[in-house]
Amino acid sequence: MTEPLLQVLGLNKRFGAVAASRDLSFSVNHGEIHGLIGPNGAGKTTAINQLCGELKPDSGSIRFDGRDITRLPVHARARMGLARSFQITFIFEHLSTEQNLALAIQAHEGHSFRFWGRADRDRRLIGPTRQILERVGLEARAGEPASHLSHGEKRQLEVGMALAGQPKILLLDEPMAGMGPGGTVELSRLIQELKGTLAILLVEHDMDVVFSLADRVTVLDYGQAIATGSPQEIRSNPVVRRAYLGEEA
Amino acid sequence: MSPKFSRKHLLLGLGLIALLLLPPVTGALGEGYLVSLFSRILIYALVALSLDLIVGYGGMVSLGHAAYFGIGAYVVGILAHHSYDGVPLISWPLELQGTENALVTLPAAVLVSGLFAAVIGFFCLRTRGMHFIMITLAFAQMLYFFYLSLETYGGDDGLSLYSRNRLPGLDLADDTSFYYLCLAILLLCLYLSHRLVHSRFGRVIQGIRENERRMLALGFPTYRYKLACFTIAGAGAGLAGALIANQTEFVSPGLMHWTRSGEILVMVLLGGMGTLFGPVLGAIVLLLMEEVLASFTEYPMVLLGPFLILVVLYGRKGIYGILLGRGGADD
Repeated sequence: MTEPLLQVLGLNKRFGAVAASRDLSFSVNHGEIHGLIGPNGAGKTTAINQLCGELKPDSGSIRFDGRDITRLPVHARARMGLARSFQITFIFEHLSTEQNLALAIQAHEGHSFRFWGRADRDRRLIGPTRQILERVGLEARAGEPASHLSHGEKRQLEVGMALAGQPKILLLDEPMAGMGPGGTVELSRLIQELKGTLAILLVEHDMDVVFSLADRVTVLDYGQAIATGSPQEIRSNPVVRRAYLGEEA
Repeated sequence: MSPKFSRKHLLLGLGLIALLLLPPVTGALGEGYLVSLFSRILIYALVALSLDLIVGYGGMVSLGHAAYFGIGAYVVGILAHHSYDGVPLISWPLELQGTENALVTLPAAVLVSGLFAAVIGFFCLRTRGMHFIMITLAFAQMLYFFYLSLETYGGDDGLSLYSRNRLPGLDLADDTSFYYLCLAILLLCLYLSHRLVHSRFGRVIQGIRENERRMLALGFPTYRYKLACFTIAGAGAGLAGALIANQTEFVSPGLMHWTRSGEILVMVLLGGMGTLFGPVLGAIVLLLMEEVLASFTEYPMVLLGPFLILVVLYGRKGIYGILLGRGGADD
């Protein structure tokens, strides 16, 4: 286990005059929860979008699971085990909770050029769907249209959809955004339970959440990684305090 | 079973009985011409159904669907033309003769139009939204002008058939037999579409309509699925085109004109987008209204326009949605 699971090397991405990523480098190890924090506009979402393939970096490379994935399209990265959840809840509102999950499972079960059999009676979808419903605690809401779920439940569903493909890493983009305290606790518990089974890159605004969950934290500022370390190290790092917390050292 | 559910079955059952009994009843009433009008309606229902697969289920609004309809019709027309004058269609690398056998012409129409849809879709599906609408329109107009200038096959005068295709065991020259053939094909395609939209493939297509970015992030290569859907829809339209060529015994570039694509799209909207029976209903209502209004006004659109606006404003799923009430028209 020498090579980290995910390795970002010298990523650069400019939008006109704005450098959203500047020589960005960091890595995520197998099984760890890695926090990615930084002030607004530090380039967190840009970084995530480059990792999952929606944005192509101007230069630099991304290695995942022993392969250079810099040029791979989004769906191919997802198939390799790189799953993401979105900052804005991004589910299929018109489908039921169950159907949302079944679709996510289908994505990783080979191709879907099956034109005949009914998907809702497909045993290879029903079984795994049940398992994930339990795992994210939504059994009671299985048949409900996803649009009827509460904000917190939608988040749980999103995580469930990301988990459906048995990913090696989960990119969570501000999972706690817009949630009440109850939802935050529930989701933190879920993330805690996932720990060890897969790596998680947690992009989050809520510092308390990050510091309580993460094994290591990377701090972004103006598109650059200015520090990486354990939560304790980050908390006491003077560079971070100055950049992030706006304190005069 | 909810009451909505049985109401739906009642409606569909009555509709089916009405369509099955149409020839004997209109024959008894001495209104036999209605059989040929309804053959035409069933054919348009089929092309509207195929368009709904991409517009209603796949979320890809195409304004070029009549192109595949026209290609299907021309396959029948050109094969018949070569059959009459005995000149082979192709003589190299293998010799292909014309034919009037429906067992050959109908599958050929499906195949050729599906192939065209695959090639055109290959380019069009790299765009989305307004660009997609415009590029499908552009391809269709290109084909329209191509056939318009194709003097060998009649150019803008079109091609006349001496008779309908032959089908072993059924006399297609007889309007009633032809009507039942159209009905059987439509019912078969409805059943196939029903299986399709409820299959894994169908779920993927509907997922793409809802949120393509999410589908990519889940690991679906969405482009391939959209192209497959577009091809299937094109093939369906080609089948309808082959039938219309037989019904009118005439093929012309007008079948492909973009206004025809618009008319088919209106049928889908009017009947109920994203439902299987909606497009059928839309074709029936639109063509019947045109027929009735044409008898006392020169400009049926003056009255059809407001009607269409009302249906689209008040029925999320068109007439079918209104008939079934809230939440009843999900497939």
